[in-house]
Amino acid sequence: MSSDSEKPAVATPEEKSTPPKPAPKPAAKTEEKPAELPAFEKSISDKLVEKFGDKVEVDFVKEDRIGIKTSKENVHDVAQFIRDDLHYDHAESVSGVDYPADNEIEVVYHLGSYTESSLARQVLTLATRAPRESNPIPGQDSTKLPTLRDVFYSVEFGEREVFEMLGVYFDGHPDNRRLLLPEDWADLPPLRKDFAIKGR
Amino acid sequence: MTDIMPPGLALKKVDERIMTLNVGPQHPGSGHMRIVVQIDGDYIVACDPDPGYVHRGEEKMAEYRNYITNVPHLERPVIHDSCNVLYPYVLGAEEILGIEVPERAKYVRVICSELNRCIYTMYWLAIYGIFLGHSTMFMWPAGDRELLIDLMEKVSGARVTHAHFIPGGVRNDLPANFEDVCLRQVNYFEKRIKEYAAVFYDNPILISRTQDTGVLSRENAIRYGTTGSVLRASGVDYDLRVKAPYDVYDELDVHTNVMKEGDSYARSKVPWLDMMESCNIIRQALQKMPKSGSVRTKLKPNPKTKGPATVYKRVESGRGSLGCYIVSDGKTEPYRVKMSVPSFRNLLALPNLLIGEKLGNMPSVYWSLNYWPVEADR
Repeated sequence: MSSDSEKPAVATPEEKSTPPKPAPKPAAKTEEKPAELPAFEKSISDKLVEKFGDKVEVDFVKEDRIGIKTSKENVHDVAQFIRDDLHYDHAESVSGVDYPADNEIEVVYHLGSYTESSLARQVLTLATRAPRESNPIPGQDSTKLPTLRDVFYSVEFGEREVFEMLGVYFDGHPDNRRLLLPEDWADLPPLRKDFAIKGR
Repeated sequence: MTDIMPPGLALKKVDERIMTLNVGPQHPGSGHMRIVVQIDGDYIVACDPDPGYVHRGEEKMAEYRNYITNVPHLERPVIHDSCNVLYPYVLGAEEILGIEVPERAKYVRVICSELNRCIYTMYWLAIYGIFLGHSTMFMWPAGDRELLIDLMEKVSGARVTHAHFIPGGVRNDLPANFEDVCLRQVNYFEKRIKEYAAVFYDNPILISRTQDTGVLSRENAIRYGTTGSVLRASGVDYDLRVKAPYDVYDELDVHTNVMKEGDSYARSKVPWLDMMESCNIIRQALQKMPKSGSVRTKLKPNPKTKGPATVYKRVESGRGSLGCYIVSDGKTEPYRVKMSVPSFRNLLALPNLLIGEKLGNMPSVYWSLNYWPVEADR
């Protein structure tokens, strides 16, 4: 097994991303055991904290993985900094996670690098949240986020998928069209938690 | 950053010279991977891939089953590469459940993963052959594949969908005498695929139809976030088995095959070179594998998780980097499972490759992307 499964306990206590969010304010800055955090990953997250201060929240720092949370107002600037100064050059995936208890939908970008050899093992997780409407009209309600397509071109299809599967509209995306679902789909976005599978 | 495709659909305005064509579906399923192209005479001027809707629901279904019972259905998107499709999920589930894997199981996994890579690539190659009207290249890989399918059948009991990897190891140990049989079959297989060069890769007809068609530059390959053979055929040296090894790949000597041209020919040749590398890896793994020991950590039928966690794991599949993002809220089912699949990522490059090409080159460009339709819409 790869090394990052060996010590999951290194992460900070704020690693969870469950509905009952206790709103932890000072994230990784209050490390009880600073010696245990992997140094290289810590240096990357420190650069982000140095630049953006409390606009970003370090979710976890463990071997080969860094988790960053930010608000939807700052996500574009943070992404630009990650691309230009930290040299992550492509997005591996765009995932949407529905949190009905928080009334929010989280969009998670997994960013990697092909050009910077020191980052080859790394995946940076950039998460941001959009408000969630209980009666969604995809594209016409407040469930909106700024697109990162002009920063990472490779999110194009991923954002289209999140748009149709969770109803998060990406402001500025040139092509917010349906990608995978049938043309006559008229139900809730299917990856929302209140879309239940029949018989379950 | 040159030759960037126009944003989004960008289908040209209706013009009497332009004709719209629906190419596909390329699979008997309903509405499955069609490519809407607009042609001006013989040349493609706009292209809109439509991955379609057949299997969508894997990710949703995974939220309703526990970490063990998710195994048999999460491998369905690519049945010919079922071990590799399942691999990142299994690695992630192990971290969430906090399970250690026995050393021998890791080697068994590597062997099965490489066998599956070859099985998938042979199937892909067979279809690439028939796409280009090359019947021999359809029949040879389809037949030679059987050697490896027989091996996987000995291991798992199933010919196609094995469900062999489970959190905690693999389902069964290798059968008696497997090492000898495997070595013999793999050696013969490698000898056999080397013969493909004479009939396929050195064939002037293939070369004329694939060289300098659908050229993907290095910058664009990175920009589009392509992966696997598409990326390596454009000159980027990136293979997760070397760059971010998982299980026991860091103990094996893996060579990355890179080509610089970035055209359809390079993209069709890199998987073939990778198959020979797989044979090398299997031989190394058979040699280094502990000769005895457990292959599975016993689990309860409904294992408890350690608490809320998120995990993102990735492996190198037959098509490229395959990631799995699992969100756990501490219950016995995953809260969210997201598969980041190479077919879906490579598809973004398709319009860029096709615009400006002749319509007749479309099959060789499209299938050289190592695209598996069902995987893209999961």
